[in-house]
Amino acid sequence: MAEYKWPAPAERTLIGKRISRVDGAVKVSGHAKYSYDYNPKGLLFGKVLRCPHAHARVTSIDTSAAEKMAGIKAVQIVQKPGTEVLWQGDDIVAVAAVDEPTAEDAIRAIQVKYEVLPHNVSDAEPPAGAGEGPAGPMTEDDLENALGNQVPDAQVISDLQKRGVTFQVTDDMTKELKGYGVSDAVINALKAAAYHPEAASQPRSPYQKMAAQTQGDPDKGFASAEVTSEGVYGAPVITHCCLETHGSAAEWPSSDHLLVHCSTQGVSGLPDQYAQALKIPAGNVRAHQDHIGGGFGSKFSPDRWGIATAQLSKSAGGKPVKYMLERDSELMTAGARPSAYARVKVAAKGDGTLVAWQSDSWGTGGPAGAGSPPLPYVFEIPNQRKQHTAVRTNQGPARAWRAPNHPQAAVITMCALDDLAHKLNMDPVEFFAKNLDMTGPRAPIYKEELPLAAELMGWKQKWHPRGDKSEGPIKRGVGLSMHTWGGRGHASNCLLSIHPDGSVDIKMGSQDLGTGTRTAILIVAADSLGIPMNAITLNIGDTMYPPDGGSGGSTTIGGVSSSTRRAALMALDQLFAKVAPALKAQPADLEARDGTVRVKSEPSRSLSWKQACAKLGAMPLSVTGKNPGPGNLINSGVGGVGMADVSVDTETGIVKVNKMVAVQDCGLVINLKTAESQCYGALIMGISYALYEEKVLDPVTGRMLNPNMEFYRLAGLRDIPELMVHMMTDPLNENRGVIGLGEPPVISPGAAISNAVANAIGVRVPFLPLTPDRVLAALEQQQKAGA
Amino acid sequence: MRAFEYTSPTTRQQAVELLAGSWDQSAVLAGGTDLLSLMKDDVVAPKRVVNIKDIRELHGVRFGPRGMQIGALTSLGELADHPLVRQHYPAFGDAVVEAASQQIRNMATLGGNICQRPRCWYFRSGFGLTPKTPEGKSLVEEGDNRYHAILGNDGAALFVSPSSIVPAMIAYGARIRIAGPKGAREVALEKFFVIPRTESEREHDLRPNEIVTDVFLPPPAAGRYAHYEVRQKESFDWPLVLAAVALQMNGNTVRSAKVVMGYVAPVPWVSEEAAQALVGKTVTEQTAQAAGEAAVSQAKPLSRNRYKVQLARVAVKRAILQAAQGKAEGGAA
Amino acid sequence: MADDDEKTSSGVSRREFLKISGIAAAVPLVAPQMVEAAGEKVPVYGPGKAPMSFTINGKRYSAQLEPRVTLLDALRDQFDLTGSKRVCDRAECGACTVLLNNKPVYACTVLAIEAQHQPITTIESLSQGGKLHPIQAAFVQHDAQQCGFCTPGFVMACKSFLDQHPHATEEQIRYHLNGNLCRCGTYKGIREVIAQMSGTKGA
Repeated sequence: MAEYKWPAPAERTLIGKRISRVDGAVKVSGHAKYSYDYNPKGLLFGKVLRCPHAHARVTSIDTSAAEKMAGIKAVQIVQKPGTEVLWQGDDIVAVAAVDEPTAEDAIRAIQVKYEVLPHNVSDAEPPAGAGEGPAGPMTEDDLENALGNQVPDAQVISDLQKRGVTFQVTDDMTKELKGYGVSDAVINALKAAAYHPEAASQPRSPYQKMAAQTQGDPDKGFASAEVTSEGVYGAPVITHCCLETHGSAAEWPSSDHLLVHCSTQGVSGLPDQYAQALKIPAGNVRAHQDHIGGGFGSKFSPDRWGIATAQLSKSAGGKPVKYMLERDSELMTAGARPSAYARVKVAAKGDGTLVAWQSDSWGTGGPAGAGSPPLPYVFEIPNQRKQHTAVRTNQGPARAWRAPNHPQAAVITMCALDDLAHKLNMDPVEFFAKNLDMTGPRAPIYKEELPLAAELMGWKQKWHPRGDKSEGPIKRGVGLSMHTWGGRGHASNCLLSIHPDGSVDIKMGSQDLGTGTRTAILIVAADSLGIPMNAITLNIGDTMYPPDGGSGGSTTIGGVSSSTRRAALMALDQLFAKVAPALKAQPADLEARDGTVRVKSEPSRSLSWKQACAKLGAMPLSVTGKNPGPGNLINSGVGGVGMADVSVDTETGIVKVNKMVAVQDCGLVINLKTAESQCYGALIMGISYALYEEKVLDPVTGRMLNPNMEFYRLAGLRDIPELMVHMMTDPLNENRGVIGLGEPPVISPGAAISNAVANAIGVRVPFLPLTPDRVLAALEQQQKAGA
Repeated sequence: MRAFEYTSPTTRQQAVELLAGSWDQSAVLAGGTDLLSLMKDDVVAPKRVVNIKDIRELHGVRFGPRGMQIGALTSLGELADHPLVRQHYPAFGDAVVEAASQQIRNMATLGGNICQRPRCWYFRSGFGLTPKTPEGKSLVEEGDNRYHAILGNDGAALFVSPSSIVPAMIAYGARIRIAGPKGAREVALEKFFVIPRTESEREHDLRPNEIVTDVFLPPPAAGRYAHYEVRQKESFDWPLVLAAVALQMNGNTVRSAKVVMGYVAPVPWVSEEAAQALVGKTVTEQTAQAAGEAAVSQAKPLSRNRYKVQLARVAVKRAILQAAQGKAEGGAA
Repeated sequence: MADDDEKTSSGVSRREFLKISGIAAAVPLVAPQMVEAAGEKVPVYGPGKAPMSFTINGKRYSAQLEPRVTLLDALRDQFDLTGSKRVCDRAECGACTVLLNNKPVYACTVLAIEAQHQPITTIESLSQGGKLHPIQAAFVQHDAQQCGFCTPGFVMACKSFLDQHPHATEEQIRYHLNGNLCRCGTYKGIREVIAQMSGTKGA
């Protein structure tokens, strides 16, 4: 049995090099087919009527006029009269028509009446005393909202146990829930939940106060401190704004077999979700995706519109129906990063040693509230008191956004620490360095990264105590932040076949989000088999292939590299057994290198790859490599440092980033080129959310005011400064194995830029994005305070 | 987008006759960069779209002793690249280049830029130019008005005039010619824009069956001109505030001045106060600052846009300083 | 003046005008109405489908389309030229950039009916016989793409820009390539592409 480890550095021909992505050519040429591009003959076009109100009850739906229209092939009510709608843009009725304009006309012909209900779209600080005590018993709506909005089972169960319910749980109800795919554990918890009929009529608070958490002795900690800093920090709700909107094309090759082309981060995970909703066996659902135009954490479910698309197709006799969200629906409904804000008190000894932390945080993830970000972030301050209040709003449902909760935690923690460093009269780099022993297992890597980042930034030359004292309105400053992430590889299966003619193919249910997954799989396979990458045919993105994990949480590279490496080594074992007699050697003495199978000690005794494969006889050999499994190919836990250099126009409040630095470890890098691209992209995305991005909700109407790419601003080419990325690729890090990289580098930019602005202008701008109104308001506060 | 019928006349007379007498019946299609978005968002739903791009006489730039005549269908891209624009009207040229991306500049026309509808997010969501809450209050005042008007906002209209080029054109004294069923009329560009008092009025003096056919820039008088935008992104973005100024000098002293602000009011805002503050003065940091102060002396910010007062003050100051520092331009061509 | 507006001098009465403006879904193909304006007959198309023809990448295409169909939707849905992407659909992001008369425009904001009789160039024309255009090759080399959804639009914008500015300066690049947005953050690679292309061209 082969030993599953990575080749020694000297033996790597591809791993760790800069390799151009294998699907580059098909993408630049416009030939890459995304789900949005699926265009079979007879395709019908879907459209969805969406609720214009942030909170309403559907009272009636009349589709009769639409149904009579020429060219309309199916009408599907998505949410029946009686349904309470909790955000603007939620799906009400879907139609399919021969072309898109006709579908649009049909939507306009549908009459829906609503009872408009009061809405709350504000995630402002909860008033004092709001949401005291545990939230009351769960109503049916609470439960439906929790189940309909992907609240984890564990939280639903815990809520049921703690809060009880306001309604009687009947057998019919549990049966119905089971039909919707609700887990037995949740149903059992529901049956066991305490019944509080009296609570049904009580008004409910939008504020859910979570249990306070205490570590160490915060009071003593603060009492022992010599310097204490207090402040408020935070980041608003932002959206994913995937360039390819959510959506799919669905068709029924037979009455109980569904084929979907869906824009998804998890191909293998789709069938079960469709099967539950459509009541067909999951095995009858085939999902396919060649390319995806962005996901960032928001594309794991078929979503209401996806299920409706499948139902429309069924009603239309199985003909393919495609429905991709419009840009405004995408920004309104298809995912938002929860907001997080906190009042923080943090304290240190005179030498800078951190001693105590206290935070009162709040934020919204839409109707389901939002969990607490991990506070304090990175630094395990010995004495802590934390309290979080989730604000239920009609902002629209939250979804994981690249490094869920971490960018918010970084803004709150790193900005609070930066303010404390200022009060201590310390250079933040020295202050952070002083406390690195509190960062746990990643401390050694931070100790290497921090000085390296400072060097790349030119920190020593650029840093000055708060407030650039130079003449003129333009002030310059630098700031830093640190971050961490897990990134262990997900479940992955690599089906690798070697054919007697020497050809090799790989089949995996994985997907390439543009991170370079295809390229990474081929690099690992080719390096392991000693043949060129283009000698291997790779098939991914289909449920016909062995299942693979969803691409979220930086888990893909670990998963696919591990399963592929193992498959390749298993295959070589079998191949060597067949080839060994011909080379008059033991299988264990053979290696596959440079397109040959040869004797390790005597490389001239060799067969070409093709000759070697011919020894397989008539049948190909096929193996499945699996991750996770025993061995030392992958790991988890990374640390990184981000730094920013900014200029602020103090007369206009406009912030301009001059330079960003990212220093990042991720264990063994498979492809340096695409790994660096992940970091550059993350810095750019970071500049965008630090300076521009905000989902603006109208307090009066509850509607999103900027559901477009004009006022939902993304950074453009001209907004991007000098970017420097350094990957920690020394042997010590490489020996840890492969670790995911997608999330980590996007975490620090917001905090680093905010800190750089504070360094430039001498005052904290509390909340992202750092827009002119906020910067000018902070400067005005500073002036008043100084006057 | 709702269905419509489409026609593409080749003369201005045909165009005005094909247009209907009310806004909901027909619309003029030039570059389309605004109209198509408005139609997709169902803010306007004309039953007939009259494409005027095939009217050849509305294209092109002519320059002579009487100044520059620009056909309304001249694209912003042609203007941005036009050597005579850069030479004689550099502040206008700056405004055109900054106005949009290369794609928009290739599509959008000068006439379309003048006639574009406000970017107000309530207007674009279908709440109208003077949006109201169900209780009859101003939706803008009650809602999110971070990008709305700080001047000229006494009435129901609180949006801001959307063109980033018009203020510079007004600073140069531009006039426009309008063709209608009864023939042509000419108005000073400054007078073309009006603040609507009710939902039934428009933000400019154009009737549904009229088209803007030409823009006239007078011969550039010896003077100093500048255009200054405060924009959140350096990339393609709508300005938060902008200022265009024209200074006629008497040696080192300002003889007369025109100060025009954009994105501060429902119309391009010509500030007499700022102009008066400059006349008879030498341009210095202090006098420019004083003119900036004067420009916003009548400002009445809404609940969320007080920062725009500061931005307007600074934009005016910087435009004046930039104009004064730039080399004198104009004179006889 | 409002009264004057009530009838057009073409002789088309208001009632007739409204009649020809009547809208129904999936309207069958009709020949254009000839409406008299300024003494001449002017064709009025739609609101139903009208025959249209296009020259795309040097080839002739024809289809029956309603006037409200955009060039982008015609390219994608009728002619299966899906390299141009629909992202914002409002002339904001550049993913649908094509060349119309050799100038880059947003295909989402051009009506198909007005794009007839003008040469249209899409991303599909750039690589011939599987061979990438040098700009495309540079995009691959500098990893100037991740998810790739903005990439075809960027390639078209860059190509047009480089054709016009073969010796582009860094400042010109920052200035002119503002009409395209990327969410993954590939701008650094794109800047390297332009720098390389303008450098090699300048050499």
